[in-house]
Amino acid sequence: MNTIQGKAWKFGDDVDTDAIIPARYLNTSDPLELAKHCMEDADTGFASKVKNGDIIVAGKNFGCGSSREHAPMSIKAAGVACVIAPTFARIFYRNAFNTGLLILESGEAAKAIEAGHEVAVNPADGTIDDLTSGQQYKAQPVPEFMRKLLDDGGLIEHWRKRLA
Amino acid sequence: MAQTITEKILAFHAGLDTVEPGQLIEAQVDIALANDVTAPIAIAEFGKLGVEKVFDDERVLLIPDHFTPNKDIKSAEQAKILRDFAKKQELKNYFEIGRVGIEHVLLPEKGLVLPGDLIIGADSHTCTYGALGAFATGVGSTDLAAAMATGKVWLKVPETIKVVYHGKLSPWVEGKDLILHTIGILKVDGALYQALEMMGETIESLPMYGRMSMANMAIEAGAKNGIIAPDEITLDYVRSRAQRDYTLFASDADAVYHKTIDIDVSKIRPQVAYPPLPDKSRSVDLAAADKIAIDQVVIGSCTNGRIEDFRLAASLLKGKKAAPYMRLLIIPGTQDVYRQMIKEGLTDIFLDAEALISPPTCGPCLGGHMGVLAAGERAVATTNRNFVGRMGHPESEVYLSNPAVAAASAILGRIATPEEVL
Repeated sequence: MNTIQGKAWKFGDDVDTDAIIPARYLNTSDPLELAKHCMEDADTGFASKVKNGDIIVAGKNFGCGSSREHAPMSIKAAGVACVIAPTFARIFYRNAFNTGLLILESGEAAKAIEAGHEVAVNPADGTIDDLTSGQQYKAQPVPEFMRKLLDDGGLIEHWRKRLA
Repeated sequence: MAQTITEKILAFHAGLDTVEPGQLIEAQVDIALANDVTAPIAIAEFGKLGVEKVFDDERVLLIPDHFTPNKDIKSAEQAKILRDFAKKQELKNYFEIGRVGIEHVLLPEKGLVLPGDLIIGADSHTCTYGALGAFATGVGSTDLAAAMATGKVWLKVPETIKVVYHGKLSPWVEGKDLILHTIGILKVDGALYQALEMMGETIESLPMYGRMSMANMAIEAGAKNGIIAPDEITLDYVRSRAQRDYTLFASDADAVYHKTIDIDVSKIRPQVAYPPLPDKSRSVDLAAADKIAIDQVVIGSCTNGRIEDFRLAASLLKGKKAAPYMRLLIIPGTQDVYRQMIKEGLTDIFLDAEALISPPTCGPCLGGHMGVLAAGERAVATTNRNFVGRMGHPESEVYLSNPAVAAASAILGRIATPEEVL
């Protein structure tokens, strides 16, 4: 995976899945449709402002609430390359891996990085560089088991190989 | 090694003697379920696995309950994906309109989820079945797709938080109030990645519907699962319904817990959770003093859509009417609940109160349809989430309560205590 670089968009604690993708748009599972309404109830117009490769930096318990995989799907399809937060709600955490959305746990980075800062992320070692402030942070390592799943190309690919 | 009920169920399904918190296991699932929002993605992912058939056509359950009866063309297309898949796979437990109910009310009622089961569902409130003494947790569509094909799921064994309830419940205090109070203590991420085991003398005498309200909202504290050990009350509920064998598990007396919370319920009044998070709970007396005018009341959902919930609401609504301009929505959880409401005369009480009785659906709980809010409107709902925009416009508000508080509020047009309408 190549280094990611983009602008930081800040959100608070406990961003729930209804804020990420409101249920009123869940009558479709088309990622591009979902992307149009990404983060709509937390920041109206986010989907049209965010640029490809940008990064969401949020508070604790990001993605709490529903099990809807539409949430990480919409974030990824909106062009967001990575979400950084101190903690993630557990279903969202699994769903992010399963849909290929990069997420990193770092309380320090989540707190210190300010909106609009240019941020670079190295997915291979979890290094987060705030290029605007010059600070560097290290995210929690991805659990070994999940890294293996990622190496296999995700859960579905992992099972496809095992079942073949 | 001493173990909790959660650890025992996980060990059993992983073919191990014991497991410990933090351990990763690959476990056999008893039931894998999805609804009309989550199943279409799961079915698409299932298609990528190169597998012809689901692992068991009796144990993969599809329940189209969120946007049904189909609210628009897109929803109809989503629901059709479930129907077509169910036909092709010859699923024994697909529920068409007229049979379907709100999944977490329907499946226990039908005896399809049982004590000792390991259940995963592509719906976060799958944790409801913990009330039966099962391990039940919500997953996303991709995890569900893998389980539909293989009957397996990977899980990290959670630590357990023990919550012990003691004392006698005050009048009008329900399981819903106990869990709202508990989430108020834990906060919305207080049980993140952990199991929430609820026990104590209060729980030992709490009926199944109250236990289901409690386990249902374990996710609102971030928990992986909520669980209550099965006892005679559980067995009374399960015996006549079970369609297969089941196993009873219980925590060992010396099992290790992450922490223990002790709650004296005798001091708890009915709770109201203020927007925008389920942990913003406070006593109904404080809420009533705030004189919060409301536009809509919703009584139903996977939290409070069971017959006992409607009996409670009817006991206050009998001979009374909803306040002027109040929209009072009654949503029975299943067709059986609906029929029972008719038999007991509850529907007459609700119709006399000028309530609208909806078919079973998740509907307004997630702002889907059948009672969505406009900007600036407020609702009291017996549902489980009050996030920004949950029931409609992002500038609308949802206050969570039990059915008695909801009924009283519908009558007075503001958040009210049950005692105010006696």
